[in-house]
Amino acid sequence: MSTVQIELDGQPIEVPVNSTIMDAANKAGVYIPHFCYHRKLSIAANCRMCLVEVEKSPKPLPACASPVTQGMKVFTKSPAAVRAQKGVMEFLLINHPLDCPICDQGGECQLQDLAVGYGSTASRYQEEKRVVLNKNLGPLISTDMTRCIHCTRCVRFGEEIAGKMELGMAHRGEHSEIMPFIERTVDSELSGNMIDVCPVGALTSKPFRYAARTWELTKRRSIAAHDSLGSNVTVQVKQDHVLRVTPLENEAVNECWLSDRDRFSYEGLNSDDRLLHPMVRDGDRWVQASWEDALARAVAGLQAAGSSSGWLVSPNATLEEGHLVARLAKGLKSGNVDHRLRQSDFAADEVATGASWLGMPIAEVQGLKGMLVVGSNLRKDHPLLAHRIRHAADHGGALFALGSWREELLCNVAGQFALPPSQWETALEGVLAAVEAERSGKGGAAKKDSAGYVAVAAALCQDAPRAILLGNEAINHPRASRLRWLAQRICEVSGATLGVTVEGSNAVGLAAAGVLPASRGKNAQSMLAKPLSAYVLLNVEPSHDCGDGPAALRAMNAADTVVCLATHMDGNADYADVLLPVAPWTETAGSRVNCEGRLQAFVGVVPPAGKARPAWKVLRVLGNLLGLKGFEQETIDDVRRDIGLAGDQLAAALNNALSAEPQTAAPELGGLERAGFVMPYGVDAVTRRARSLQKTADARQPVAQMHSQTAAQLGLSDGQAVRVTQGGSAVLKVQIDDRVAAGTVRIGAAHCDTVALGGLFGALKVEPA
Amino acid sequence: MSARDVLARFEATGKETCFHGRHIDPQIYAGLDGSNWRLKDYEARGGYQALRKILGKDGGPGMAQDEVIAQVKESALRGRGGAGFPTGLKWSFMPRQSPVQKYLACNSDEGEPGTCKDRDILQFNPHIVIEGMAIAAYAMGITVGYNYIHGEIFGTYERFEEALEEARAAGYLGDRILGSDFSFQLHASHGFGAYICGEETALLESLEGKKGQPRFKPPFPASFGLYGKPTTINNTETFAAVPWIIRNSGQAYLEVGKPNNGGTKIFSVSGDVEMPGNFEVPMGTPFSKLLELAGGVRKGRKLKAVIPGGSSAPVLTADLMMECTMDYDSISKAGSMLGSGAVIVIDDSRCMVESLLRLSYFYTHESCGQCTPCREGTGWLYKMLLRIEHGQGRAEDIDTLDDVALNIMGRTICALGDAAALPVRSFIKHFRHEFVHHIEHGTCMVGAGSGAATRKLAAQKVGDRA
Repeated sequence: MSTVQIELDGQPIEVPVNSTIMDAANKAGVYIPHFCYHRKLSIAANCRMCLVEVEKSPKPLPACASPVTQGMKVFTKSPAAVRAQKGVMEFLLINHPLDCPICDQGGECQLQDLAVGYGSTASRYQEEKRVVLNKNLGPLISTDMTRCIHCTRCVRFGEEIAGKMELGMAHRGEHSEIMPFIERTVDSELSGNMIDVCPVGALTSKPFRYAARTWELTKRRSIAAHDSLGSNVTVQVKQDHVLRVTPLENEAVNECWLSDRDRFSYEGLNSDDRLLHPMVRDGDRWVQASWEDALARAVAGLQAAGSSSGWLVSPNATLEEGHLVARLAKGLKSGNVDHRLRQSDFAADEVATGASWLGMPIAEVQGLKGMLVVGSNLRKDHPLLAHRIRHAADHGGALFALGSWREELLCNVAGQFALPPSQWETALEGVLAAVEAERSGKGGAAKKDSAGYVAVAAALCQDAPRAILLGNEAINHPRASRLRWLAQRICEVSGATLGVTVEGSNAVGLAAAGVLPASRGKNAQSMLAKPLSAYVLLNVEPSHDCGDGPAALRAMNAADTVVCLATHMDGNADYADVLLPVAPWTETAGSRVNCEGRLQAFVGVVPPAGKARPAWKVLRVLGNLLGLKGFEQETIDDVRRDIGLAGDQLAAALNNALSAEPQTAAPELGGLERAGFVMPYGVDAVTRRARSLQKTADARQPVAQMHSQTAAQLGLSDGQAVRVTQGGSAVLKVQIDDRVAAGTVRIGAAHCDTVALGGLFGALKVEPA
Repeated sequence: MSARDVLARFEATGKETCFHGRHIDPQIYAGLDGSNWRLKDYEARGGYQALRKILGKDGGPGMAQDEVIAQVKESALRGRGGAGFPTGLKWSFMPRQSPVQKYLACNSDEGEPGTCKDRDILQFNPHIVIEGMAIAAYAMGITVGYNYIHGEIFGTYERFEEALEEARAAGYLGDRILGSDFSFQLHASHGFGAYICGEETALLESLEGKKGQPRFKPPFPASFGLYGKPTTINNTETFAAVPWIIRNSGQAYLEVGKPNNGGTKIFSVSGDVEMPGNFEVPMGTPFSKLLELAGGVRKGRKLKAVIPGGSSAPVLTADLMMECTMDYDSISKAGSMLGSGAVIVIDDSRCMVESLLRLSYFYTHESCGQCTPCREGTGWLYKMLLRIEHGQGRAEDIDTLDDVALNIMGRTICALGDAAALPVRSFIKHFRHEFVHHIEHGTCMVGAGSGAATRKLAAQKVGDRA
């Protein structure tokens, strides 16, 4: 790349052509004050705070928007530059309330900070100040619109990153206001980032409002635990309480963003039903017990069950926890260990060659030029991966999506196929045929492309990065192994990369560490299909976390012993015999592997609440009490060394390829089908208890979404109450949505209203209630 | 027709501001009577001959694109919208060979207080703009154009649409114009009446269907304009001047005016004159002559000040103004600018504080609110002036006014900030004593004639808060 020489405050520097003065200053480590400039957003040049003096320019120029030219001499601190900056600061402050002590942004406010350097001690402004009415932006963002300095960062974030303009600047001049569409809230799954980008106290966190001042908070690094991205976060703590979670910049993972789920789910950590003491069952009562007694009860039950014990691990469990669970099971000669709780077709296990993963680094996703996403509720399941995919699609990438509905992807979409889950296999066969035709030179112009698969084939066969990404619904599909094999075949023929978006924040790590059924061991489904004598659950609430909740509950109730290592009291915990309180992710050390195969270790940021203990320690003691070998670890590092996933070992364990065609015995689907998706804020026990998230639009009560044709065939109308029967039954409201595939009913899972329904997919009956 | 009759008709209809016959060597307004706006009338006045000439449809050899631009450069035609940028030079910036779609835009969003020249051109001689735009499109290899017409003049918009239909039917617009290889589609677009949309990049945003807010430049419209494509924008009067240049040569146009200030210019004379109206006179005409055409200062009063180029131009005192000739260079030398050619005449009965308050209210009201100095500063200026006008001024206010205006100037995205600041600075510079009097005595120095307007503004302010 060619460069130009410029002089910045007397220092000669060389920067690429087309850089702005701000880029050059960043490179040189020179700070230029600014508000509207944000390196991830488009340039607005509206705050005027970054005005600098440029030789030969009659006016000061905004550094953020002015391109450098050869020989340019820039002065960022000259009297003229500082005069301009101070002038702008005065304007920003005249209508801004000067009441930092009662502002929630106080102490972490760019305006406050810069006012120290560029503001005056007293104001010349003697007129009335402007007052702007606050807006209701929903349960997550609190507003103080009088404090707004109109930088439009929030507006640009919505348009450019979240993909949807939910805020805009209405009116003009002094009366300009940032506002949502009338009577609407900000419902983006990335909305919390608007709080971060707001340089003043106009948009602040509603759950955190008035909870603490920034200087009272201790800021500790950690890794978010609610999706497979593994966002880097700063957990902010006061007096051993987690009060706020903000993103920690990691360009390769979450850039500087954070999904609302990872940001606000901390509210669930200390909910009222947090398990603070070991509990044992006494008849039909729960009684508090000492750790000794509770562990003794657990040990007795497990010893009795021996090899007939089943071990279910949350896909969000740490590597260390998973590893010790697997070792305990092995010690009891049980091969029944699994973390793939919502999966229903395990035929691919026989031919799998490694742990499923994204197939590429996360950062490379945004460079893809051809994409086929299969069976994903992409924006809600993977909010920030969806942002990378949007970026790719809006920068020349052809994005195709196959699923049970045409999800609003908020970007350029080349093609979307909304089909009942039973037809996804046929669709992939169609794509495979088109790819084969394309590769053998028979594709293209001659054949008509009525189904649209030729276009997909062309995108996947192009000479540029391209991939098929299997979403959560494709992995949890009843014939997932077939879908996977077809996707692999398409990739083999087309040369595209196969990736799995991965459900759960550590599913890749747990698979790589062998937290999987041993040979002849039972998987998550077969463990429940025929009840075992004992179960150990690690942060699993069977009704919500297992694909077929009712079946899981039946198995638990039929077992002699159920030992729960849990952070919270499961509302349905009557099946259990012993409840062992363990520490959630903020209270324990551990490590997880994200979807791109990145091992990220973290430490606890607060001590465990009550008598809760880190699960790895509980498991270690269980091992000791059961008299098993291999439980001598003193520290988390000892456990990590035991796992043996250091360095190249982890990379070697990742492989999406199947060695042969899997033979699935799963029946073909048909008739009226359910397409189940996990509610965005129902993914795990902590998130389900996060109060504010549960008030968002995404957490609204599940409905039976169906196409108008389907509704007409069933004689149903929009808003009508219906009884949905799939195993058990639930009463839901019909929502007519023509984006849903005909013959399909989309119903959210992992919600108390729908837990009676068996399985994410399958035939169901819908009748007026 | 007596002066009183002209004024009465102007006040009654507001339309007939250019039929007074007191132009000097008019080109654009020549021969207009209000009814002869149709195509056949325009052709009878020699209309569309310039278009025929460049396309070689008048028996001649036609003109190459470069020749057209060379003629416009030679004519020293400067942008009539206010900035006075040389038109030929602007046209030469258009990347003519670029294969992407290019656009031509006509800025008829005439909103500058005091200015009403473009409205009369579009209303009474619309085809001259169509012909001028077609010639410009030909010269720059552009195939699509838009005329963005101010939102508050509905009749004019309808008139222009009608003229477009006539031109299309006659083959002056559309595909293969007059049987040549040149095609040009011209559309009219009706704005919504925001002053800021007269700023060229805000106009483009508005044309695209967005909120009219100026864009930061660079990139300039010539490289990133309408829909991100190369775009040339000129004022209505600029386009209207082009056919005459092509028919009579750039040299002839230049000779009408004075060096570096070619041709005629339309001045919208308003304020305290006997016969306000639009006057088309050669560049370089003495101001005293223009004032004479407008019937002199009303009721024989004494001239106090003149805003020579629309409300954003700095005010000049009578002495300074009487020495000026009406052209870009002379007015600029005197410390103001020719701007859009709206000459606002102020006599000795006017309070300069109140006059400035009015101007200041306009800019506060029209600021788009995008960038900080203008959004916050214009309101601040207005509020301070409102206090001074109402006898609540403080001694330090005058210096604060001047300093706030200085802090706005040159710090904003577009020129509206400068437009709001320049009047403030010039009023204080030339009439500081009136502001001092207001602050010290709490009353108006000139007294009579200010009461009504003051009450009206106070009412407006109350209305703002409601």
